[in-house]
Amino acid sequence: MIWVDTIVQGILLGGLYALFAAGLSLVFGIMRLVNLAHGDLIVLAAFLILTVVNFLGLSPFVAVLIAAPVMFAIGWALQTYVLNRVLGDDILPPLLVTFGLSVVIQNGLLEGFSADSQKLSAGPIEAASLPLGPITVGVMPLLTLISAVVVIFALNRLFYRTKLGRAFRATSDDAVTAGLMGIRPRNVFAIATGIAMVVATIAALYLGIRANFDPSIGPARLIYAFEAVIIGGLGSLWGTLAGGILIGVAQALGAAVNPEWQILAGHIAFVLVLLIRPRGLFPRAND
Amino acid sequence: MTDTVLSIRNLTAFYGDFQALFGVDLTLARGQALAIIGANGAGKSTLMRAITGILPSPAEAIQLNGRPIGALSAPEVLEAGISMVPEGRRLFPSLTVEENILIGAHSRIGNGYWTLEAIYDLFPVLKERRHNPGTALSGGQQQMVAIGRALMSNPDVLLCDEISLGLAPVIIRDIYAAFPRIRESGASVIVVEQDIGQALKVADHVCCMMEGRITLSGAPGDLSRDAIHDAYFGVSA
Repeated sequence: MIWVDTIVQGILLGGLYALFAAGLSLVFGIMRLVNLAHGDLIVLAAFLILTVVNFLGLSPFVAVLIAAPVMFAIGWALQTYVLNRVLGDDILPPLLVTFGLSVVIQNGLLEGFSADSQKLSAGPIEAASLPLGPITVGVMPLLTLISAVVVIFALNRLFYRTKLGRAFRATSDDAVTAGLMGIRPRNVFAIATGIAMVVATIAALYLGIRANFDPSIGPARLIYAFEAVIIGGLGSLWGTLAGGILIGVAQALGAAVNPEWQILAGHIAFVLVLLIRPRGLFPRAND
Repeated sequence: MTDTVLSIRNLTAFYGDFQALFGVDLTLARGQALAIIGANGAGKSTLMRAITGILPSPAEAIQLNGRPIGALSAPEVLEAGISMVPEGRRLFPSLTVEENILIGAHSRIGNGYWTLEAIYDLFPVLKERRHNPGTALSGGQQQMVAIGRALMSNPDVLLCDEISLGLAPVIIRDIYAAFPRIRESGASVIVVEQDIGQALKVADHVCCMMEGRITLSGAPGDLSRDAIHDAYFGVSA
């Protein structure tokens, strides 16, 4: 029974990794942009929620409703005024720019909030648990997984059931021809990055409630997000959820064998998937 | 008095330092079908790219309904009233047939002659296959989707770039059979064709291009076979 419990805990942990990865997957799927600052932007969102909580005395679950539109605006402005200028056939300029952005965000947060670890306090719900048959699951991890499923479901609906989603997919396929249809690719990219930042804010909420955070932890979150996106298949949102869960389960199993193996087990699972299916579990047909 | 919808005066276009168009002049009357013929590399597709805003042009060189549109971007040119069926069709692989058609109306405000139902009425086979991926259709059906997509913006001017390329003659005939109705809708049409016979059949007026210049212009009935040959190949028959 302990193994069942371990696997369930791993699945729940995977929800957090899927939330880290969903924004990255969205941006990559639409504009083929690898945002090396994604982890740091999640941490920035966590500090933004913390600031709202501290200044207004709100619950983090309410503060996120204020932080999310602010992060959308930051994402929109970042894409419009910085990233759109470096997008093109060469993948190197956006990589360098987002790497630089990562350094700037980390140092900016260090200057503004110091290197001290912070945490978002959500009250008694943090320690609450639910009996599920023979095992018990934490309410927060369960809420995280449910949020990941809801976010990915919503993003899929947006992609496949709305006019904006149609524009996202068309621009991803062929930006020049999309322009002939009256679509402005740069606007589409800015909206996509704004939405990715809203998802990053939701990820930040659960990151901040479930663990300590400080300005330096962004790159490690980026690695988990990368692995989830690549395992799932580049640009596939449900694949990203599957990728996050796979890493979560691998980490939980690794930790059950030996606590020192937790992180390593996740990376090994990633390498194994790459060896067996180099394009990920659910690659897009037209990639 | 002829009502001019599109007027091009002394249009030049460049790919970097390479000049591809040299002072092209062209006039399209409302409701007219104009065919542009020419061999590979004559500048036909470059002219289409310049008109649609993909290639930058001097602002005053292209006028639509008297309004300078040369400096507009591709989305702005579409909103002004020009849409294009691009060479090679260029459907969006991620979109179904219906989505490919609907995306042509992305920036449309209000109604017009062309609706989804009107497109299905024009090309009934597309309705049967509307949930298929656009790129899963045959070449001819894909061309129908590309034409339907371009019509969805209810354009004043429809540009068709090499729409018969790679298609069987019977399919080409079916596609061109839709043109009378497209013209009835009020759209003026510019057809770029390598197939001279097809171009002469559908157009009221023909322009021949060679090396980035218009070398011949006139009504199909007024152009002799030898004159077209000279203008097309640059040598006497």
